[in-house]
Amino acid sequence: MSSQTDALLQVADAHVAYGKVEAVRAVNLEVRDGEIVTIIGANGAGKTTLLNAAMGIFPLKGSVRFAGKEISKLDIEDRVAAGLSLVPEHRELFATMNVEDNLLLGAFRIDKATAARSFEHVYTLFPRLKERRKQLAGTLSGGEQQMLAMGRALMGAPKLLMLDEPSLGLAPIIVADIFRIVGELKAAGVAVLLVEQNAQAALKIADRAYVMELGEFVLDGKASDIASNQRVVASYLGFQHESDSGI
Amino acid sequence: MNTTILLFLLQDGITNGAIYALLGLALVLVFAVTRVILIPQGEFITFGALTYASLSAGQMPGTIKLAVAMGIVAFAFDLFTFRRALHAKRVLRSVAVNIIVPLAIWGVMLALSGRPANIAVNITLSLLIVAAIGLYLYRIAYQPIAHTSVLVLLIASVGCHLALQGFGLVFFGAEGQRGPAISSDAITIGALRFTGQSIAVYGITIALIVGLWLFFGYTLYGKALRATAVNRLGARLAGIRTTLSGQIAFLLASVIGAISGILIVPITTLYYDTGFLIGLKGFVAAIIGGLVSYPLTAAAAILVGCVEAFSSFYASNYKEVIVFTLILPVLVLRSLAAPAVEEEKD
Repeated sequence: MSSQTDALLQVADAHVAYGKVEAVRAVNLEVRDGEIVTIIGANGAGKTTLLNAAMGIFPLKGSVRFAGKEISKLDIEDRVAAGLSLVPEHRELFATMNVEDNLLLGAFRIDKATAARSFEHVYTLFPRLKERRKQLAGTLSGGEQQMLAMGRALMGAPKLLMLDEPSLGLAPIIVADIFRIVGELKAAGVAVLLVEQNAQAALKIADRAYVMELGEFVLDGKASDIASNQRVVASYLGFQHESDSGI
Repeated sequence: MNTTILLFLLQDGITNGAIYALLGLALVLVFAVTRVILIPQGEFITFGALTYASLSAGQMPGTIKLAVAMGIVAFAFDLFTFRRALHAKRVLRSVAVNIIVPLAIWGVMLALSGRPANIAVNITLSLLIVAAIGLYLYRIAYQPIAHTSVLVLLIASVGCHLALQGFGLVFFGAEGQRGPAISSDAITIGALRFTGQSIAVYGITIALIVGLWLFFGYTLYGKALRATAVNRLGARLAGIRTTLSGQIAFLLASVIGAISGILIVPITTLYYDTGFLIGLKGFVAAIIGGLVSYPLTAAAAILVGCVEAFSSFYASNYKEVIVFTLILPVLVLRSLAAPAVEEEKD
């Protein structure tokens, strides 16, 4: 793995432990400006743990550099202010507040003028949220909640958006929509680190990919190479290929 | 019982209930945002009331020294927290909040001492002192353990309550005090006589409730506070500091406590430990509201006030027993309705 210092996010020799159990071991990860990087792997491989630790939700042993600064000792809130944003697996929305207020709070750390532009950007990406802006977040459908969680994370104008299983529990047509929007973020200059069990969809939009098994990265490279790797096809893409060919 | 007595009791109950409502709302707010059950709320009442009474009597209350001392400790805590990265901006901000503010209040008090007391000035000074104490109390006692369980926070609350009550005894002595009424006017409607003070109680309660509603509904910081209460992790991921929300919640609670005390002290003689009992009645209302519902808490507080008024008429010896027994059926019903209580994780 290259140790370029110009990477936007650089995680080096990261270990995350729950008590004595090491959920993430000796992981090295890099995301460069404007890149979409995906981490694929089975349930329980440690993908979510790694993302949460990079955000500061769990303590992490090792180094996390973001935009040229070591951030592994910073609080979650300061990582947000530095331009790192996480859409967590459970979305963590403010259920009893309306869509607009959820978005507004996503811009808590930035000035009003930037927030106004963020509102425009988010409402362009997710016109559905604009329609529902006075509705309580808790009453939205699963897909809309995912959109709101992404919208709230984008309101702070992050440099890197980390998405944890955005397709989880959503209908295929909505998943397609969400992946299309992730692709559009790249055009807007936002780098994306995407954790997904839906490996096929993730590999299609990603530039690079890491494969995680039992807390370690076992493979990494260009997304197109990973997608054609025998081992990956057998372990993670097999089922989808069968269903694609109508079996 | 005749109608006149009924009306008198209701009037009395609603006046007290309004104050319990304020206290209950503050308890719900603090619990929702920080998970702290604010037992020292009672001391905010006492400190507010007795600081106001002392100032009105031309004395220098000890609470200002406590505020200065707590500010210094809070500043030391801040320095310790910042030790790895001593940014000038952070340190200066901490000096301003923890050192300069209480010293400035003290300076104003010294400059004004000896002059004829002005009620508005005395009230403002009392509120500022108690607000500062509330803010530093959060910094010293709760912020370092903000991520622990509700039980640990509750134990810390008991400790804070006992310590502050001890300070209350030192500062104000064992004798009770009364303060001057905000207004000595009165109007009579039918058989009922409304004193200026009781009208002030209604007016200020309503104004505070409306003010809180506007704050939470329409300001960014109010919404941030609600967000922290609804989803702590979500709020942190949006960049809202838990400590900032905690500070605002404690500031609001201490000011509300002090206002309640200042409203009560012209009506009843307050001792260094009276606040606790008054705060507990707000707590009963907050529990009936499940520590989550503001409207239910306010309604329950009025009920608590009325039950107290009626029981002091019929069975005054058992007044407190009857009021606190109210909580039992509510707890039983609540435990039946929600058998599994989940400890919220941070």
